[in-house]
Amino acid sequence: MDFDLPEDIVALRDVVRRFATEAMRPYARDWDRDQYVPDELVSQLAELGLLGILTPENYGGAGLSYLANAVIIEELARQDGGVALLVAAHNGLCLSHLNLAASEQQKRKYLPKLTSGRMLGSWALTEPGCGSDAAALTTRAEPDGSGWRLTGHKQFITNGQRAGIFVVMARTDPQGGRRGISAFIVERDDKGFIVGKKEDKLGMRSSDTVTLDLEEVYVGPERLVGKLNEGYLDTLKVLERGRIGIGALSVGLARGALEESIAYAKQRVAFGQPIAEHQAIQFMLADMATAIEAARLLVYDAATSLDRGEDIAAKAAIAKLFASEIATCACLDGIQIHGGYGYTRDLPVERYLRDAKLCEIGEGSSQIIRMVIARELLRGRYVI
Amino acid sequence: MDFRFNDEQRQMRDAVRDFCVNEVAPKAEWRDHEGRFEDGLIEKLGQMGLFGTYVPEEYGGAGQDVITYIMTVEELSRACAATGILVSAHHSLCVDPILNFGTEQQKRKYLPKLASGEWIGCFSLTEPGSGSDAGAARCSAVETADGWLINGTKSFVTNGLQAHVIVLFAVTEPDNPRRRLSAFIVEKNTPGCTIGKVEKKMGIRASSTTELIFENCLVPKDALLGERGRGLHVALATLDGGRLGVAAQAIGIMEAALETALNYSKQRVQFGRPICEFQAIQWKLADSAVAIAAARALTYRGAWLKQQGRPYSAEAAAAKLFASEASSRVTNMALQIFGGYGYCVDYPAERLLRDAKITELYEGTSEIQRLVIARHILNNPEWVRRG
Repeated sequence: MDFDLPEDIVALRDVVRRFATEAMRPYARDWDRDQYVPDELVSQLAELGLLGILTPENYGGAGLSYLANAVIIEELARQDGGVALLVAAHNGLCLSHLNLAASEQQKRKYLPKLTSGRMLGSWALTEPGCGSDAAALTTRAEPDGSGWRLTGHKQFITNGQRAGIFVVMARTDPQGGRRGISAFIVERDDKGFIVGKKEDKLGMRSSDTVTLDLEEVYVGPERLVGKLNEGYLDTLKVLERGRIGIGALSVGLARGALEESIAYAKQRVAFGQPIAEHQAIQFMLADMATAIEAARLLVYDAATSLDRGEDIAAKAAIAKLFASEIATCACLDGIQIHGGYGYTRDLPVERYLRDAKLCEIGEGSSQIIRMVIARELLRGRYVI
Repeated sequence: MDFRFNDEQRQMRDAVRDFCVNEVAPKAEWRDHEGRFEDGLIEKLGQMGLFGTYVPEEYGGAGQDVITYIMTVEELSRACAATGILVSAHHSLCVDPILNFGTEQQKRKYLPKLASGEWIGCFSLTEPGSGSDAGAARCSAVETADGWLINGTKSFVTNGLQAHVIVLFAVTEPDNPRRRLSAFIVEKNTPGCTIGKVEKKMGIRASSTTELIFENCLVPKDALLGERGRGLHVALATLDGGRLGVAAQAIGIMEAALETALNYSKQRVQFGRPICEFQAIQWKLADSAVAIAAARALTYRGAWLKQQGRPYSAEAAAAKLFASEASSRVTNMALQIFGGYGYCVDYPAERLLRDAKITELYEGTSEIQRLVIARHILNNPEWVRRG
């Protein structure tokens, strides 16, 4: 057993922490208000290697571990949940799917563009009519010569507004169910591909979330990612791995709420003493800290297991479920500790709550996650 | 970074689990109903080396690490929570302070017999008038020409009936708030030391919880454990380790609860299906698994830090706080899964619920744990981002 982060990851963490504090914290409120981050930020993220975290170095990536990824995402989320989500979706969904299933040719064509930040990546599974029930998706890919024509709608697609490359899941076998879905690379300029409405969201507002419309978008055979009709299996793996990132994101937001609360409680005076002296406040802080400790450990356990190549279906689910739910609680308590000031936009705590709520929903709602954990328990694949 | 047991620890875990399944679990219900440990249990535990897991071999122990020790408490508690605390109170609260604060002479005198289980140990800090407010203890130890004269009443001593050796905390300087208490090693058969009330408890009923009454009990000069006046420091340092043990006990209880509820849910049929197919049941199973995973991560990280010789008070408090409160939730969920049968003594669920509650109370109530954690993060805010 060893619970220390490797030194190189600690060093990386400190770099990202400094960046998040200096280049993100002062602007996070504006970005949340405007639902937009400047191009300059994307360039800065690329320069730090944060747009190719898990991608091998020979494709321009940083070639880091899932543990490093979790540490990075937590540090970004500490200051701006939406930016963390942008990075998590780019790395943990789009690039993850390509790293997993793309051909050598596809990797050489697309990965350097993504890792350098020349293009952001997006990943499109969800549709207006199917979120949790993802396998029931209806976007269809009809054979056309050696390629396909994609027609359908995608919903709640992160990074869609800026992305140059989209991994899109579509049905290639109408009778195939989960075994009739394939993944395709769609480029922004493909004819018939329309980036639609941008959602006006409760939180994660600095991250763009859009609809996509596909009207007979032609994709050639070189655009199929992985095997025909086996896209859904890859999708499930991508989601599984992505959950660790969302868990880390949740930890970052919760930690933000705690850190702000500790600082506030030490200087805010009520009844003749700093409110940090009152047990009611101390107890909330203690519970937040305990929950964050446990959540982080669960995320690290899942990440290190994945780095070793182990099956992480249950561990990733457990980490995401626990971290996201405690984050919402911690952010609620964070607002409470700040009292009336916590309710205003002047302070970041209310934004942390609005950001945190997404983590209970995206990349597998808490309800789906519980189904996954129960299934792993009942089938004896996760043993107590 | 690696959260797994190493090969040696895994092997030990398998051996201990085997022992627990065959030698400890079958009589768990009996122990609860009878309110005592069966003859021969302590000998069996002793033969397995479970009373001295991290006592160095030179003192007759198994020479293993703290992680392995915490694993033994987890496994024992999974089989029988009362047996778990028998070992944990002995090892974490009596053996540990002698190991850490004892003179070479004291270690050589007490550790070998404690490690083998020939002697059982206990820890006596609490009094009727001072639990959480441990510093307000009144039992006194007055220095005389012939030794220390001890007078007072202690309460809630785990292992009180079985113990031969007591790590006792008494007032040696009543008017010095910073150096009020001192720690002592007292042999229970010393004249003037008697067992008072034996508590009847809600759970861990086989574990003995007793008063100790000291009436002009004279112990030798060299019974002093650690520096005079540093008793509270000895107590709190010792309780840090004890908290990991209680956390492990809570985890074991939760594991037993989930295992039994999981199995029950697979075979109980209602509305034409095993109830494990209903989301209402699946949600409880999933939430239990999550709680256990979180508790284990916190607890083993604490154990690892202790093994490394690094500060771990806040981590131990967090582990104990979380694991104990989770164990009440998880055992309650497990009982609910059993439905009406869960309420009957024929099924293990109600005993697990009754056993779980104590973990929120002893070795520092949840309220005290929260104070420890809060004080730590207010004084060290960088702790929350140390990773």
